[in-house]
Amino acid sequence: MLIKSLVAVFLAAILTENYVLCKFLGICPFLGVSKKLNTAVGMSVAVTFVMVLATAVTFPIYTYLLLPNGLDYLQTIIFILIIAGLVQLVETVLKKYIPSLYKSLGVYLPLITTNCCILGVTMLVLQKVTTTTAYTYTYGHALINALGAGIGFLVAMVMFAGVRGKMENCDIPKSLQGLPITLVAASLVSLSFLGFAGFVDKLIPLG
Amino acid sequence: MNFDFSSIIFAVVVVAGMGLLIGLILAVSAAVMAVKKDETAERVLEVLPGANCGACGFSGCSGYAEALSKGTAKPGLCPVGGEACAKDVAAVLGVEAGAVEYKTALVHCMGNCDNTQDKAIYDGITSCAAAARIGAGVTSCSYGCIGLGDCERACPYGAISVCNGVALVDKDKCRGCSVCVKTCPRHIISFVSDKDQAVVRCSNKDKGAVSRKACAVSCIGCKKCEKVCEAGAVKVTDFCAFVDESKCTACYKCVENCPQGCITLFDSDKDDTVTLSV
Repeated sequence: MLIKSLVAVFLAAILTENYVLCKFLGICPFLGVSKKLNTAVGMSVAVTFVMVLATAVTFPIYTYLLLPNGLDYLQTIIFILIIAGLVQLVETVLKKYIPSLYKSLGVYLPLITTNCCILGVTMLVLQKVTTTTAYTYTYGHALINALGAGIGFLVAMVMFAGVRGKMENCDIPKSLQGLPITLVAASLVSLSFLGFAGFVDKLIPLG
Repeated sequence: MNFDFSSIIFAVVVVAGMGLLIGLILAVSAAVMAVKKDETAERVLEVLPGANCGACGFSGCSGYAEALSKGTAKPGLCPVGGEACAKDVAAVLGVEAGAVEYKTALVHCMGNCDNTQDKAIYDGITSCAAAARIGAGVTSCSYGCIGLGDCERACPYGAISVCNGVALVDKDKCRGCSVCVKTCPRHIISFVSDKDQAVVRCSNKDKGAVSRKACAVSCIGCKKCEKVCEAGAVKVTDFCAFVDESKCTACYKCVENCPQGCITLFDSDKDDTVTLSV
């Protein structure tokens, strides 16, 4: 049951609840860094990394510090504080001990610091803890959810980088060139993800 | 109204404490895990032009500055800054400036409209990258210059012009930034040293019979040049000649003996665009 629910959470985070294409969080890097495939992948890997790390830290703080003291209304401000500090710390650690990784991911880390996608993953997962009834939503579920969200971000970024690569050689009307056509393309890609709706619910009733 | 001040104070204390704690951790970690900055490299970086073109062979100006400060690179590799830049760098490092090696881009193709034919009428958007995707391109040679001017538009110094269907580099304007080398979908632009030498202006790797049909001045891989070269600088691989510029003595025997005329002089004083334009 536990394994099954973990798989369900993982798949749901990638497909049906894709944070970029279904919840429209993290649109800024989605449009900004998806021009080239290698930068898109680099950004996504950094996002995945920070998402898991941020959830790993914020989830216990919420359950053991904020909730027992009736301070859960402070989650937004506290989470922003923690994520910003965490990213900064990760940057320092990477710079010192893994310079090669810092060189490939380092440029993306400051971009992620206050990204709504990360904040969304850490906060929306807390709603699930209270609303999911089919099984108990544990720390493990939250981590898997964050990992899935990151991979969902990667999938969206890579797909969209491909779409934008194709658009490079298209004759686009002048009024639509640049951001307008990119937004149209993004909405079409997001529409395609509607097709996954209900896919995971069949796998396991999510409550 | 009855405010519970203690709960407000508690919330403030929690947020402030959290902020303080995170700040403290960051301050300590920044002090403990500080990475020493290379001060010489930073000073070198200031005198470099900052074009980040990679023509020196390093990943941008900062990469070159790092290599310079470590002593693994020589000053004078920057073609954008030229002699003035080499002098500045040498002054910072306290070494001899040495000679600047200028490199210039060269289009390895002479397949202009007189030498090649169009296979079809191309009516698409004006871009070599787009045209190259249609079959094997629209000109009769599937290796040569398409002539729709991707490099011309990409060149930040206006050094490339498409002339009669083939791109030509004005080496006086070329700063060796390698943007065109990366842009060309056929990969026929490369760097050569700006010195007297023989250069092969063809990139066709088809067998002689096929390439002869494609273009009047194509390399047919006959290896005559290889045989006459006393310095052993010319090599034919994949039915296309290649001149090793470090070995070339500029005797021009290969140029004289090439039946197709695809090996030409490269005169460091003359303007390439004038010698070749029709």
